[in-house]
Amino acid sequence: MIILAVKKTVKIKNSTGLHARPAALFVKKAGEFESDINVIFNDKEVNAKSVMGVMSLGASKGKEIVIQAEGEDSQKAVEQLVKFVEYEMPKENESSEDEE
Amino acid sequence: MQGIAASPGIAIGKSLIKKDKNVEIDRNTISDEQIENEINKLHSALAKAKQSLKELKESTAAKLGEEKAEIFEAHMMILEDPEVVPAFEKKIKNEKINAAAAVKDVIDKYVAMFSAMEDDYLRERGADIRDVGMRVIKILLDVEDITDKMEEDVVVIAKDLTPSDTAQLDTDKVLAFVTEEGSRTSHTAIMARSLGIPAVVGVGDDLLKEANDNSQVIVDGNNGRVYFSPSVATLDEYQEKLKEYNKEQKRLEYYKDKKAETKDGKEIELVGNMGNLNDIKPILNKGGEGVGLFRTEFLYMDRNELPTEEEQFEVYKEVAKRFEEKPVVIRTLDIGGDKDLPYLNFPEEMNPFLGYRAIRFSLEREEIFKPQLRAILRASKFGNLKIMFPMISSLDELRKAKDKVNTIKTELEAEGIEYNKEIEIGIMIEIPAAVMIADHLAQEVDFFSIGTNDLIQYTIAVDRTNEKIAERHTPYHPAVLRLIKKTIDYGHAQDIWVGMCGEAAGDELLLPFLLGVELDEFSMSAVSILKIKELMSKWNKVEAQEVAQKVLNLKTAGEVKSYLKDIKK
Repeated sequence: MIILAVKKTVKIKNSTGLHARPAALFVKKAGEFESDINVIFNDKEVNAKSVMGVMSLGASKGKEIVIQAEGEDSQKAVEQLVKFVEYEMPKENESSEDEE
Repeated sequence: MQGIAASPGIAIGKSLIKKDKNVEIDRNTISDEQIENEINKLHSALAKAKQSLKELKESTAAKLGEEKAEIFEAHMMILEDPEVVPAFEKKIKNEKINAAAAVKDVIDKYVAMFSAMEDDYLRERGADIRDVGMRVIKILLDVEDITDKMEEDVVVIAKDLTPSDTAQLDTDKVLAFVTEEGSRTSHTAIMARSLGIPAVVGVGDDLLKEANDNSQVIVDGNNGRVYFSPSVATLDEYQEKLKEYNKEQKRLEYYKDKKAETKDGKEIELVGNMGNLNDIKPILNKGGEGVGLFRTEFLYMDRNELPTEEEQFEVYKEVAKRFEEKPVVIRTLDIGGDKDLPYLNFPEEMNPFLGYRAIRFSLEREEIFKPQLRAILRASKFGNLKIMFPMISSLDELRKAKDKVNTIKTELEAEGIEYNKEIEIGIMIEIPAAVMIADHLAQEVDFFSIGTNDLIQYTIAVDRTNEKIAERHTPYHPAVLRLIKKTIDYGHAQDIWVGMCGEAAGDELLLPFLLGVELDEFSMSAVSILKIKELMSKWNKVEAQEVAQKVLNLKTAGEVKSYLKDIKK
């Protein structure tokens, strides 16, 4: 088995950042891959498949995160997760539950 | 006791205190042999918790819609989290403690971590984690659930209620909610309003001290009052109020699916005002036939930067879709003056109401106006949206604003983006100058909507935020009534429709006058819709015209008001 470590930096564009719903979707996406995937932000590294971990980063709009994967599908995992953060997340409808 | 009126209505009933915030968790040391057993117990509790969350998710989706059910999906993810579940196991193994204590320790750690975060939203997520943890712990400890105790209708009293608390409750049996914590925007308040259950929140620490299980309690969700073991006099008073309230609600219910029309069958457009997406459901539930004023300010408030075109597009699209073919009038940003956005650094002004605000501001701030107009136009193909400009005082302003719309239309066409080419464009009539030139304005717009709150303020020169002169701020002033009539006449002369979206549109006394001067559209908050619909059905055209004629000849606001009171049906 070839283990490939891949790493890429991406900027968060949607206004709620990597919180709540976007975080849950990101984690689900990460779960589709075999590789071990980590997200690094502010010197903190968490499991990309853990919603608690990803939310605890508190990565908000305009911040850069690093996505790093190790495993057979690591190339694909990083590519798709970067794409997700760049293009899919900003499309997410934001909940307006708390505004009155 | 006094709290915050979070959801209107009155309830009288037996109290049921929800105390499980302090479930006793024993901490036991276990032997090496017991470790496997505790881990098995943990997994079976996790499986049960997931199953109950799944059921909650489905029942909530059916009761309140998919959006409200999403929270339980998030809770399920926490229970499957590849960091959290091993942490539970590790705690049991390494520290040799029982599963319930292990779950509590891990959850406490996460709660502490989230509570320390800067972001308000993430801080609140700590509550979700605690909620999930308590669910698992309760299963492990075999603690009874509050729902088991709900044999009859009750007033639920609690420190605070979490999403899974409220979803677990059989809400058909809940007469009211009372909580120690919370505000008008807290979960309990929002949920209670969407369920139509009276609620008083934020009562304070004394609530659980004073409350007893199974004792009589009165909840006044209109005024935020709660009475425990009330006196006979108070009880009588509230029983009377409750009877009145229920009778009124039941009577008005009849009008929900009725067309809004006068006694002689003239159809009137009766629509709602909305300030955010939560207002959609009440408007539809009360039989509102669309939206006459969608204030877009909420998109810009409580944040640190401007909303993107994309964000706005999603919101406008959602509104367009929910109302289908029904009209939705979107007012472009009405900010500035008294309504400040800290991140835009508005300079302080001597006369903010006469200042740099609304359309005056939007016309100069292309980077703000353009994304909004683009978002509205792009969303226009999903429903029946209309654009309305606030604070128009001259034809120049209107033309400039329309030019912007036309430029964007051309751009969208070049980009191959679909939109409704026939989208109606209208203006708020809220400045006397606009009324005086309404004959010209009417030639260049598709509709007028009279904003009475500001029209009164500018006509009578009375600051509507100044309590000392609040009495002078009245729609019954003859000058205001004449301006209303003039606006409608000028509009009709050019065959455009004229609506009203200020508070006066929902004024029960003013109704016959407005029908008499032939206002085409009435837009008000959802709570007023049924009452106004009922009153409309009692007047015919000739009668209303007589009232209008009479009113226009009266000389003071006092005379107008007392006359309208006399003839009220």
